[in-house]
Amino acid sequence: MCMTMKLHFDVSGEDFTRAGEASGKVKSKLKQLGIAPDAVRRVAIALYEGEINLVIHAGGGEIDVEISPENIKMVLSDKGPGIADVEKAMTEGFSTATESIRSLGFGAGMGLPNMKKYSDEMKIDTKLGEGTRIFMQINL
Amino acid sequence: MSSFTHSVYLDSEKCKGCINCIKRCPTGAIRVRGGKAHIIKEFCIDCGECVRVCPHHAKKTRYDSLDTMKEYKYKVALPAPSFYAQFNNVTDTGIILKALIKLGFDAVFEVAAAAEMVSEMSRKYIADHPEGKPYISTACPSIIRLIRVRFPELIDRMLPIITPADLAAQLAAAEAMEKTGLKREEIGIFFLSPCPAKVTSVADPLGIEKSEIDRVLAIKKVYTALLPHMKHDDAGDNEYKRAGRIGVSWGITGGEVGGLLIDNYIAADGIENVIRVLEDLEDSKISGVDFIELNSCTGGCVGGVLQVENPYVAKTKLKLLRKYMPIAGSHLDGKVPENSFWTKEVEFIPVFRLGATPKESMEIMQKIDELAEALPGLDCGSCGAPSCRALAEDIIRGVANERDCIHLLKRYLHKISSDLNSL
Ligand SMILES: Nc1ncnc2c1ncn2[C@@H]1O[C@H](COP(=O)(O)OP(=O)(O)OP(=O)(O)O)[C@@H](O)[C@H]1O
Ligand code: SF4
Ligand SMILES: [Mg+2]
Repeated sequence: MCMTMKLHFDVSGEDFTRAGEASGKVKSKLKQLGIAPDAVRRVAIALYEGEINLVIHAGGGEIDVEISPENIKMVLSDKGPGIADVEKAMTEGFSTATESIRSLGFGAGMGLPNMKKYSDEMKIDTKLGEGTRIFMQINL
Repeated sequence: MSSFTHSVYLDSEKCKGCINCIKRCPTGAIRVRGGKAHIIKEFCIDCGECVRVCPHHAKKTRYDSLDTMKEYKYKVALPAPSFYAQFNNVTDTGIILKALIKLGFDAVFEVAAAAEMVSEMSRKYIADHPEGKPYISTACPSIIRLIRVRFPELIDRMLPIITPADLAAQLAAAEAMEKTGLKREEIGIFFLSPCPAKVTSVADPLGIEKSEIDRVLAIKKVYTALLPHMKHDDAGDNEYKRAGRIGVSWGITGGEVGGLLIDNYIAADGIENVIRVLEDLEDSKISGVDFIELNSCTGGCVGGVLQVENPYVAKTKLKLLRKYMPIAGSHLDGKVPENSFWTKEVEFIPVFRLGATPKESMEIMQKIDELAEALPGLDCGSCGAPSCRALAEDIIRGVANERDCIHLLKRYLHKISSDLNSL
């Protein structure tokens, strides 16, 4: 039997204060499972960036996490505006965040680059006007 | 490997088996079983939250009695900085230091004086090792214990300098031996402690092999014994008064960072707030700070459970008391005291891990998840566990039973009675 554990989270686009809830829950599960501390940290960072993006840029979305003894797979999907130029969005410092979002401390344009940096694999599928689906994998 | 020694214990006569403490414990270390509370020693960090919250005063702290002073030829008192903030109308620490002598101590070594040296060493250490920033303070033993069991990634960030109390003990012992010519075992070093965590850290130190503190007294006990000896005439300087504002300030939150003379720091207190800061730090959500001061108790050590005064009032008293003090009274004078850095690794102890391997843990967690689904999800605490999930874990670990849940039990009884009726 192939052992996996699946977790699902709905991320609300309305409530800023709850952003980070999903990545926090995933982190505490991983710790209980005894996953290597470094991998736990990478998952927490990458997932939090993705979760915040769902809230800020996409009006909310969903997170699916699949944990197995070999790897951790994460899918973040939304029905938001989509990303016009993925390559540009992936460059450090690029951000379309509004002034008010920036005043909250977001919008440095480091989210997607960090997600890439901390994961072993990352793939973005996006269509303007339809939404975005980001896949990340961290190997154990 | 640590022995999980603790100073918080239960007086089972007084325990009514209510659920106040299980709900408040930040590490989920308490269960009520058989009508009495039990502390799971692997999870407990001696923070004293349960001592604070128990309405029946059944949670107690182990400490030495004043009578143990009789066991030594020469006795030195080490008052914690927060001790000074317990008294009314005391405008000068000289009064307190003199009163300690009148109480029977042969000398006093202010922990606040050692704290000033620790401040100096910390400044230098951080400047010399910028790669490890932000550093986490290690003065509160509860926090070290918490990090050791829950935040393995942060162990390397802990400032590897011994606590002011331990440094004071070393210096006081050396001074006493030199002055009296007595053997070390004839000298008693008495720390006046604000909390159970400090009591534990003497019996089971982290980062160092052994503490030079011989006995730990509770501040609240010394307080009462000291009152008759306090005289306003004793105000002013005396030979034991060596601490200044920096050292005395260690008794309240922000005091330790104050001694670092930096602006980019975080100072958090109250165990729940501390946990939030540690979570954020672990997730790299905190940047641009050099130092993080963390105190398990609200307000800092003035909030310790062995204190007398309300922490907010104590904080004000301490601020008034330090107002006219010199900025610092004690200095390193160019040489760092021996044995003032950690010599022992603080190891991660994965007490919350479910199984030996991730695979085994996953199998266990799946069983817990299934069980937790079947429980009502009320987190009412009636079963003696802090949450339905905790009960599910206990059942899988084999230390609890599904029928400990009164809601499942009710369902079960209903079923039996309807089965009987239909006979
Ligand atoms: N889920 C998404 N839906 C639509 N656009 C997105 C989404 N995620 C990212 N983007 C776009 O990509 C840009 C870069 O994202 P990135 O996370 O790297 O930076 P940021 O969110 O703007 O700032 P930071 O993450 O540093 O706070 C965003 O400004 C936004 O235009
Ligand atoms: S904050 Fe001070 S009094 Fe409270 S547990 Fe930590 S060391 Fe003890
Ligand atoms: Mg972002």
